[in-house]
Amino acid sequence: MSAVAETKGVARPVAPVATRAQRWRRRYGLPAIGCAIVVLWILVAIFAPLLSGYDPNFVDVANRLKPPSAAHWLGTDALGRDVFTRMLYGSRISLTTGFVVVLVSAVVGTLLGGIAAFGRGKLEEAIMRLTDLVLCFPPIILALAIAAALGIGTFNTIIAMLVVWWPKFARLAHSLVLTQRSQEYVEAAIVAGFGPSRILLRHVIPNAVGPLIVLVTLDIGNAIITFAGLSFLGLGVVPPTPEWGSMVAEGRELVEQWWVAAFPGFCILSIVLGFNFLGDGIRDWLDPKARKR
Amino acid sequence: MGRYIVSRLGITVVMALLATLVIFLIANTVPGDPVLAQLGDVAASNKEFVAEWRAKWGLDLPLWHRYLLFLNGLLHGDLGISIASQRPVFDDIAQFAPATVELSTVAFILSLVIGIPLGILAAVKRDSWIDHLARAISLVGVSSPTFWLAFIMLALFYGGLEIAPGPGRLDPIALPPETVTGFMLIDTALAGDWETFHDAAAHLVLPSIVLAAATLGLITRTTRASMLESIQQDYVRVARAKGLKAWSIILGHVFPNALIPIVTLGGLAYANLLAGAVMTETIFSWPGLGLYTFRSAAALDFPAIMGITLIVALVYLIINLLIDVSYALLDPRVTR
Repeated sequence: MSAVAETKGVARPVAPVATRAQRWRRRYGLPAIGCAIVVLWILVAIFAPLLSGYDPNFVDVANRLKPPSAAHWLGTDALGRDVFTRMLYGSRISLTTGFVVVLVSAVVGTLLGGIAAFGRGKLEEAIMRLTDLVLCFPPIILALAIAAALGIGTFNTIIAMLVVWWPKFARLAHSLVLTQRSQEYVEAAIVAGFGPSRILLRHVIPNAVGPLIVLVTLDIGNAIITFAGLSFLGLGVVPPTPEWGSMVAEGRELVEQWWVAAFPGFCILSIVLGFNFLGDGIRDWLDPKARKR
Repeated sequence: MGRYIVSRLGITVVMALLATLVIFLIANTVPGDPVLAQLGDVAASNKEFVAEWRAKWGLDLPLWHRYLLFLNGLLHGDLGISIASQRPVFDDIAQFAPATVELSTVAFILSLVIGIPLGILAAVKRDSWIDHLARAISLVGVSSPTFWLAFIMLALFYGGLEIAPGPGRLDPIALPPETVTGFMLIDTALAGDWETFHDAAAHLVLPSIVLAAATLGLITRTTRASMLESIQQDYVRVARAKGLKAWSIILGHVFPNALIPIVTLGGLAYANLLAGAVMTETIFSWPGLGLYTFRSAAALDFPAIMGITLIVALVYLIINLLIDVSYALLDPRVTR
């Protein structure tokens, strides 16, 4: 992504001389911005009560649907609650669910995929067919069905997302471990008398972890969008919990009072862009070949 | 070739069966008690009544027997009765499907017509402004939540600038054409009602742009990466040595060879459009499967949700099958 600089010389016979700062910006500019956005949102999530004087759930019907002003920076919603305050608090749920869903399914998926590739035979067949089966449903629709079955609530929605989320990690880990296990160091470890679980956890997975880290970073944004989508459909959080997806849902018919839905949605866009910039940067860093593309 | 297609077909049938099993298990191992949900507190406390009710719906049968009954029902197009509409889920889906298929087909064509040329240009003129533009469009497209993008478009072009028509498939005052195919554009054209045809087309513009946004990004990215891959092959050098023009090399040699990843992604993107329609249709009050899904989810209308999940999963499987078959047509090496 930021690797524009390296290939420029091929296209033009005389490459313009770049200063150190220019080179840094081309190489690390977008990942740095992505990192800054993510860190900023994490700080907002932690310090939300300090950044706003309002209570996110304080209902003030006299001041409903007020446009942005000095008192309410981003206006108020249909119940007179402060949009800016609810937006700040909304980052808590989004970040937590994004991290929890992706990290838990990355660990579970990697272990299952790793075991499948390492164990071979019937176990591999069973795990990988299960992976295929889950992947044959569109994630948001299957998560919707499971969340509806479990009942509304943040915890249940996270469970539903976990069920549909782990297979992509299992599939990636499976192919990564398959290439690793034919390497000589695995043979050496077997000769040295190490057990299969030690070889898998201590030797093979650490060597295969790069692409998994890239997928984790890119995927957190994805998970945040999906959770917000489920909340938008009324399955994520229990009202009046401030959450970006459900805030957009509350304002979806208020075309005149656009601020109710527009700002929370913009928060989703910004944080997902942040994770995408960061993920692209990490990929370039771990895999210099991808940089040339 | 024939054997390859038969084996893919076999796998698809097995996966479809397993998918029905998954749906069945989700629907039948729900923590919530269906008896209580359907009958209410008073009736549920009457033991005899409950036993009778369970026998009537076959809930006293063992799980495997119920699964076989469920499969038998599926073969006859029986997906159960929707709690909200009190109609067979299958009829509901059949009624709402054309609006969704029409919208996602227009969105799909839109994202191909823009995405593929943009991806080719971005690959050929790498690192130029057009490459950066393509990258920016795909990043924002992939990163924006569909339901929010839909809202912004509606607020801006309908609420603010007033240059686009409002939600729905037609103006409230317009007379809908006689339903032949369920596709508004085709039905109005068949009826020769060009005024309504224009109205329907105008109503398609905003939702199809919104729906196309995410897929457009993916298609542009994939086209670019795949073109860059095949542009480095030896046959390109040969073609250049023969003295072919740059654009005839790119369109006649590089692009056909770059098609496989684009077809894979294009097929999956179409299936994703059907899922993304949930958000778009909800905002645009588009009377399709997406809006039906939203309403069913909001009302916790269980039979409806399960029916949709199953139908969408089957569509997914069929699209995957078509992708696999098209591989064989595009690249005969696959079947060997």
